[in-house]
Amino acid sequence: MDGSETAINIMVGTIRAGTPLVFAGLGELIAEKAGVLNLGVEGMMLVGAVTGFAVTVLTGNPYLGAVAAIGAGMLMSLIFGGLTQFLLTNQVATGLALTIFGVGLSAFVGLSYIGTPIQGLQPVAIPLLSQIPIVGPLLFNHDLLIYVSFALFAVVSWFMFKTRAGLILRAVGESHDAAHAIGYSVVKIRLLAIVFGGGMAGLAGGYLSLVYTPQWAENMTAGRGWIALALVVFATWRPARVLIGAYLFGGITILSLHVQAAGDAVTNAMSVFPEPIGRWLLVIINSSHLLATLPYLATVVVLALISRDATKIRLNAPASLGRPFHPGA
Amino acid sequence: MTKLKSWRSLVAGLAVVAVAIAAGFGPARAADPLKVAFVYVSPIGDAGWTFQHDLARKAIEAKFGDKIKTSYVESVGEGPDAERVIRQLAADGNQLIFTTSFGYMNPTIKVAKQFPNVTFAHATGYKRSDNVSTYLARFYEGRYLAGIIAGKMTKSNTLGYVAAFPIPEVVRGINAFARGVRSVNPDAEVRVVWVSSWYDPGKEREAADTLIANGADVLMQHTDSTAVVQAAQDRKVYAIGYHSDMKKYGPKAHLTASTHNWNQFYIDKVQAVMDGTAKSDDTWGGIGAGMVELSPLGDMVPADVRKLVETASADIGSGKLHPFAGPVVDNKGKTRVPAGENISDGDLLGMQYYVEGVVGDLPK
Amino acid sequence: MLLRLEPRQFTSKRMQYASPLIAAVLTLIAGVILFSALGTDPVVALHTFFVRPLTSLYGVGEWALKATPLLLCAIGLSVGFRGNVWNIGAEGQLTMGAVCGSGVALAFWGDEGPWLLPLMLFVGVLGGMAWGAIPSMLKNRFNANEILTSLMLSYVAIQILGYLVHGPWRDPEGFNFPQTRIFGDDGILPVLLEGTRLHLGAVLAVICTIIVWIFMSRTFQGFKVSVAGQAPAAAAYAGYSRKKVILLSFLVSGGLAGLAGIVEIAGTINQLQPIISPGYGFAAIIVAFLGRLHPLGIFFASLLMSLMYLGGEQLQIHLNLPLAVTGVFQGLLLFFVLGSDVLVRYRIRLISQPKEA
Repeated sequence: MDGSETAINIMVGTIRAGTPLVFAGLGELIAEKAGVLNLGVEGMMLVGAVTGFAVTVLTGNPYLGAVAAIGAGMLMSLIFGGLTQFLLTNQVATGLALTIFGVGLSAFVGLSYIGTPIQGLQPVAIPLLSQIPIVGPLLFNHDLLIYVSFALFAVVSWFMFKTRAGLILRAVGESHDAAHAIGYSVVKIRLLAIVFGGGMAGLAGGYLSLVYTPQWAENMTAGRGWIALALVVFATWRPARVLIGAYLFGGITILSLHVQAAGDAVTNAMSVFPEPIGRWLLVIINSSHLLATLPYLATVVVLALISRDATKIRLNAPASLGRPFHPGA
Repeated sequence: MTKLKSWRSLVAGLAVVAVAIAAGFGPARAADPLKVAFVYVSPIGDAGWTFQHDLARKAIEAKFGDKIKTSYVESVGEGPDAERVIRQLAADGNQLIFTTSFGYMNPTIKVAKQFPNVTFAHATGYKRSDNVSTYLARFYEGRYLAGIIAGKMTKSNTLGYVAAFPIPEVVRGINAFARGVRSVNPDAEVRVVWVSSWYDPGKEREAADTLIANGADVLMQHTDSTAVVQAAQDRKVYAIGYHSDMKKYGPKAHLTASTHNWNQFYIDKVQAVMDGTAKSDDTWGGIGAGMVELSPLGDMVPADVRKLVETASADIGSGKLHPFAGPVVDNKGKTRVPAGENISDGDLLGMQYYVEGVVGDLPK
Repeated sequence: MLLRLEPRQFTSKRMQYASPLIAAVLTLIAGVILFSALGTDPVVALHTFFVRPLTSLYGVGEWALKATPLLLCAIGLSVGFRGNVWNIGAEGQLTMGAVCGSGVALAFWGDEGPWLLPLMLFVGVLGGMAWGAIPSMLKNRFNANEILTSLMLSYVAIQILGYLVHGPWRDPEGFNFPQTRIFGDDGILPVLLEGTRLHLGAVLAVICTIIVWIFMSRTFQGFKVSVAGQAPAAAAYAGYSRKKVILLSFLVSGGLAGLAGIVEIAGTINQLQPIISPGYGFAAIIVAFLGRLHPLGIFFASLLMSLMYLGGEQLQIHLNLPLAVTGVFQGLLLFFVLGSDVLVRYRIRLISQPKEA
């Protein structure tokens, strides 16, 4: 196996590992841009995963499964939307409750599907394009959902920055009182954003149960919903950075696995650094736990850096994030 | 796999369960049944550590019928919750309680002190008391056999191992596997990837893909999900399951699985409690005791390899062959067990080094 | 015809008591439907869930025991929530409290005295405070959103715990399993009630609750926090420092979460292990809102939350219902309680002519 093949392998693995985060992250991004913080991503992902899987088992069609996963995520988010937008419950508490509910509900629904093998989504090579060396295997030989994730990124970027509706969405997230005063229905817009976020979280779960590891198992998201939440902040609410961040998170994981599989080459590589830096780096690399702190620490650092400049953060962060809105309040 | 079939089997299954329960509560029971309880660390699921314990629970139900009544609690956290659940089970009149995860060790000991008349058995731990036994299987014996198959089936001479945490239990399995491999194929090497989780299908899948990309054509796992076998099936390489038979997740990939069989141990324990002869002891049984088995070998395994495995299995069972018979040399060249000796159980329990044939450094 | 919410001028006293009842009725209805659908007698199931855990002295002890960390975390969080400071990282502060306090116990292992326990608790509180101080300083210095930083730092804390128990703090006689040594007797909280596991930590939790209550309702500092939350403009006009409110909120909530962590370790687990909390820090956020950020409400909410954990186990043990059912039921219960609270602050009006928004 030569170097370029390994590199392509790593990059393809990165795209696959990052895809659920792209879906969930872009969905949450839209919700947060509208000023809604939904901490129930993990729960919505799980319900999407189990629903997508169940529908695939019952119909034999994984594409229907993917659609069902979106629908399930949307329904879950409607619970959140109804509670926070109409009954004005606290978003943080409601989101956490949604995750508790989703973990339980998915396990409950999934009881009769544990251990059922399915034929997951298969890669669809795009004719001609997939034959191009390097670029072909990297971009044009994937399952359908990965192409969908590319398209979703394009659509979300276009929507946010090039459309009037995107402008309204951002206005609502920025200052709901002002948006309301101009005459926009804050609640309606937020509900739509929440439902979009839910659908994408559901699809992210569906990607796991239909493509990544075609099976249903309790808690199979294993915390990816929380990483998606971190990702949106890390990306400073910019779609392109969500995409990059998702692949970065995925890439770090894949790369660290490749480093292990390569054996003790790393230990030797670390001797390049002067003492004691090389030794400290080794301690971190050798501890899976310390390595796992890096994405979170990076997010905290990025957040501090971008927030420091008040004007800069105002350009990106939705000012009304997490705040309830009531027209008469 | 059609929808009707799965629904029908579900309904049928439920009906059977209902009839069984009805029968269990039916007329004329001679004496109060012996109540036996199980504490599980994860959901039962369809494969894995807990699933094997639950199979054995069903085996004792089948064996003793209405003379016993079993119950279980799943997904019990390894902290203060474990103590409460175990105590509750004891207080509810269970006379025999199996606690099936390492983290239940101290809670089991604590509760056992308060219930001297209840018999406890704790899996994988090292603390015992008057009414607490411990039990464990020599999983490494199955790993050694799996290594023989892997060493024979590999063409690239690179074997991949997806592992959870670098604790002795896992390291022992890796080493036994490597020694099995090297016993038939001195050129092959084992590459290990740690996923830092007992259960994370996504990450296990990534680890498997990574190993395959690095040339591995037979995968072994020490994690709980079936993702590794699935990955092997998709990428057209071989895999060896762990805990449970995972054939249906990758029929073309699944060479065999190194599985646990607690049935006989649990039956004996129940019988001993019924007879009043239960005593505190430590069981560490392997192939000889039937606690460790290989699931049926896949069709792709040729006859000569089957023969090799059968012989090795018989020799391990009879004690003629020890997977860690000296000389045991670690992968830095240091001799850990001299020639002519077998490794001691103590050294096995605390094993913290890689043997020859495993690539890389053991993480601390 | 449309339902419309109108804010009340004053929170409704009647609804303060009625809304939990409404939630309870809804939960019971949902429970009856859920358990009937599963083929279980709903009366038996609900009795098993809500009553059976408390039918013995030991059970009552467990109830209070499990409520203790929830109460400590939630009461601390409520201070910040009232001041519009959103610390959702109590799980991390709890973990760091446990880690720091346990570090003391391990450092003096085999060389201890009656001074050890107070020192552990003190260092545990400091650990939680220190971990809580980070998001507050990031907020005050860099204006970084504290919801997100405190959440991220929770995961960092949990990984640090994992690193320590898998690595440097592993029990040298423990066959390399990921656990620390078990603390000596001087590092263990005394049991309050013979025959239960209820320990001194429960008393500490109640004392802390009372102190917070007095702090918020009787002191000028507490008043400032409330004003900062309810009327930020007024607070600024009066010259109250927003930064001080943020720092204070995080120190209080972090410190109490840290106390919860070390109390949980010193009271029940008596050693560090990879997982020490089933998410008490996150559950406490829900508890705080269930209790409407009022100390008395939080006290009852923590007991309710604790009962939900115990009830789920009972359903498994006695009715063989899978754990998944409990999760669904808990989620529903939380939705109902959160949702019916709207009646306290708003009245629902039926209006016949929908107004175009």
